[in-house]
Amino acid sequence: MNIDLSRRGFLRLAGAGVAATSLGAMGFGGAEAAEQAHVRAFKLASTTETRNTCTYCSVACGILIYSKGDLAAGETAEIVHIEGDADHPTNRGSLCPKGAALKDTVHSQTRLTQPRIRRPGSDKFEEITWEEALDKIARALKDDRDANLIQKNEAGVTVNRWTSTGFLAASATTNETAWLTYKVVRSMGIVGFDNQARV
Amino acid sequence: MTNSWTDIRNTDLVIVMGGNAAEAHPCGFKWVTEAKAHRGAKLIVVDPRFTRTAAVSDYYAHIRPGSDIVFLMATINWMIQNDKVQWEYVKNFTNAAFIVKDEFGWSEGLFSGYDAEKRDYDKSSWEYVVGEDGFAQVDMTLSHPRCVWNLLKEHVSRYTPELVEQVCGTPRDRFLHIAGMIGECSAPDKTMTSMYALGWTQHSKGSQNIRGMAMLQLILGNIGVRGGGMNALRGHSNIQGLTDVGLMSNLIPGYLNMPTEKDSDWATYMSKKGFKPLRPGQTSYWQNYQKFMVSFLKAMWGDAATAGNDWAFDYLPKLDVANYDILRMFEMMDKGQVNLYFCQGFNPLLSFPNRGKLTSALSKLKLLVVMDPLETETAHFWENHGEHNDVDTASIQTEVIELPTTSFAEDDGSLVNSGRWMQWHWAAGTPPGQAQRDTWIMSGIFNRVKKLYQDEGGPFPDAILNLTWNYADPHEPSAEELAKELNGRALEDVYDLKDPTKLLAAKGKQVANFSQLRDDGSTMAGCWIFSGSWNEDGNMMARRDNADPDETGAYLGWTYAWPMNRRILYNRASADMQGKPWDPTRKLIEWNGEKWTGYDVPDISPTAKPEEVGPFIMNPEGTSRLFTRGMMRDGPFPTHMEPFESPIANVFNPELRGNPVARVFADDLAQFATSDEFPFVATSYRLTEHFHYWTKHNRINSALQPEFFVELSAELAAEKGIEKGGWVRVWSKRGSVKAKALVTGRIKPMQCGDKTVHCIGIPLHWGFMGAARKGWGPNSLTPFVGDANVETPEFKAFLVNIEPIKGEAVS
Repeated sequence: MNIDLSRRGFLRLAGAGVAATSLGAMGFGGAEAAEQAHVRAFKLASTTETRNTCTYCSVACGILIYSKGDLAAGETAEIVHIEGDADHPTNRGSLCPKGAALKDTVHSQTRLTQPRIRRPGSDKFEEITWEEALDKIARALKDDRDANLIQKNEAGVTVNRWTSTGFLAASATTNETAWLTYKVVRSMGIVGFDNQARV
Repeated sequence: MTNSWTDIRNTDLVIVMGGNAAEAHPCGFKWVTEAKAHRGAKLIVVDPRFTRTAAVSDYYAHIRPGSDIVFLMATINWMIQNDKVQWEYVKNFTNAAFIVKDEFGWSEGLFSGYDAEKRDYDKSSWEYVVGEDGFAQVDMTLSHPRCVWNLLKEHVSRYTPELVEQVCGTPRDRFLHIAGMIGECSAPDKTMTSMYALGWTQHSKGSQNIRGMAMLQLILGNIGVRGGGMNALRGHSNIQGLTDVGLMSNLIPGYLNMPTEKDSDWATYMSKKGFKPLRPGQTSYWQNYQKFMVSFLKAMWGDAATAGNDWAFDYLPKLDVANYDILRMFEMMDKGQVNLYFCQGFNPLLSFPNRGKLTSALSKLKLLVVMDPLETETAHFWENHGEHNDVDTASIQTEVIELPTTSFAEDDGSLVNSGRWMQWHWAAGTPPGQAQRDTWIMSGIFNRVKKLYQDEGGPFPDAILNLTWNYADPHEPSAEELAKELNGRALEDVYDLKDPTKLLAAKGKQVANFSQLRDDGSTMAGCWIFSGSWNEDGNMMARRDNADPDETGAYLGWTYAWPMNRRILYNRASADMQGKPWDPTRKLIEWNGEKWTGYDVPDISPTAKPEEVGPFIMNPEGTSRLFTRGMMRDGPFPTHMEPFESPIANVFNPELRGNPVARVFADDLAQFATSDEFPFVATSYRLTEHFHYWTKHNRINSALQPEFFVELSAELAAEKGIEKGGWVRVWSKRGSVKAKALVTGRIKPMQCGDKTVHCIGIPLHWGFMGAARKGWGPNSLTPFVGDANVETPEFKAFLVNIEPIKGEAVS
């Protein structure tokens, strides 16, 4: 893993460019082409820099992610490098042994890439489509809610409570994901609802 | 945190107790290093293990796991005995002067009103004496025998340095040295900061551990000031945000409460939310509760929430128990009462106690849905991995759907750090394969369920059919749209309450902040404390001005801190009764004769006169609380309680086991052990190189810390014939694990009275999925019981046994 790429690299590349241009202006027409032919382009020069936050602990260090391709411009973007954000007031560019290796979590060999199902009693996962997976989940939710929603308690108070389905949410997701999750889970009447803050 | 990571630079003394920031929060801990190097600050560490935080401390003491309340109450006792009290602060900014009912008392480890059968207290005596004028009675001279100060003085008088030595195993001289260091911070111009984490929360009385330190900090005058505060370091990157947005059984976003069955209707629910000030002229900001609640209901159900239907109050489920927390849900699951369970980025098979019970419970589900970027043990609980997950796959009938999600690097949005900074981030990469954002998945599920209700009908579909879903793309709402909902907007023109001609927010505009929210249905806001984060000035969470005038550590232009961009909570308490800073060199805000000004956003009405309005504006008292009335289940003061599994009986009452009001399920009670069979105390911990159960999927981190181990003292190793690097078996009444032995001097035997207590440390980063070697976690061993107030499991103190087993020793 090369984690030693820095802004200094950009300066070196920029310097080489200036030198080549100057040589060209002085009449050495082939110099620029010759220069470019033997200077390998700096790796990050062609990447897109994106500001993000370390996904691990709640110090929430600022990070810069470098990608080949610009996601914001609608391109496919492959993450090639992650480093600390020197402008961030908390970490000022530094990262811990976890944060310094973030890229390998993004590209972990055990990242999930495909919806899968394990049938009752089976010893393996099988691939299914998103459509099949979401249809199956929605059907199961509807059937269980229809069967088990408690609309009124014994005293006749409206309670609209559903206890036979539960939902654990993730405290590494964004506030925005959390809010959408909250809306969906609560509107159905689910009360068995928690996140890692309980631990 | 009341303060922020960058504020730690301002402190004189750091106490790390119940945490290990150098290893678990390394980049935040650099601010401790900064304070030590440039301010001459000192660092105290009190921990069962000599951690890496302890390694750079100025003074260290060991403590037996689960005995922190004794240490803290003894520290408070020492402050009182030695007049190390910030008196002006205590008299005016705490409830020390409030008179308590005559019926309140404590004896033999229990407060008045205990009912052993119900495992609960009748808390009616834990209350102030309220006069005919409706205000709580006070004695500002603190001479009344029933004032909080004198009750506290009596309560802590039992906690002597000798008791610390006997119960905590901390040598008396070590305790006294630490008390002396802390005592210096009672001076108005000295501050101490408390940094704590799961070492304090993961106990059956975790909330009371934290209260103990909060009380000490109030007595020293260290809350609301630069370099002070109660600083929960917290865990995941957005664990603060998920709590703020209320993704917990009993919460509504912004720390509003889910209704219970006793709240039979809207009027009954709101009648308990009056928050009438308990002293004249106090703010009691929760008086605005109804505005936040109605705005939340309008955010949920829009036009379907009207004054006529009590803002759709009945659309919310009502609880019949305090919590359907995770422990209760797994207990119900194990009894066959749960059919479907979702794990969105959560791996309970490794993160909740008593793994055997968790596996049994998951095996009784009809359907388990896991949404995660990585292969989790929970999603694979049915898979046989030999001794590491020895299950009978064929007999497990649970259907499991595993859905691939994006990671942080492929998603936009905001996270709240432990200092309450809401920081926006941007997606940088294309998700692998078919991985999708959680918002897309949740929308896919919701839209399908809604369609089923539209097509088929069914019981009470209203809350689903009327849920606000006016997003540009109903299949994938954008982070921007959702952030704006959280902030809130005007649904009608909103006018100034004091000047009805002054338009504050025109219909359709984002509200500027929560002061513009209304209870008449004219505003909506998903989470009131986030109001101000995305207003008409734009996305305040994306701000990146890192200027820090006069180097106060505030960084007001960097992202956005809830509430109202305040960086230090209760900052009015940084100034005296005249509004002058206690320490002019650490000014935060001050009263200029007309209003509050300074480096931070005042945590009080800008024109509230200092001698009239108390700094703790959320409390009806206007003060902080040394005595918490009936607000905590296990007492208005912290009292010593042993862990449920302890080698030592409660010194105040040997009949008491654990926390006398903690909820215990019958099957779990039968699985609690005594020290006759399981003589050693175990505690869980984390390593610098790993984050929970994620980084074992990362080859670099897996190479740095490849293998599960347990840590024990050289003395215990010698006693048991355990070799350094040799294999051991560690087992509890609930399970057994196999590990390499790390024999160190970092853990020492502790002498508690006539008993020698050995402690074993168990790190928690291994499982049976990922790139690291297979192993176990402490949750194979830990008891299934939680804190009496919040149900956080007791991971930090339990009993085990240990023996050497065959296998090649590798050190």
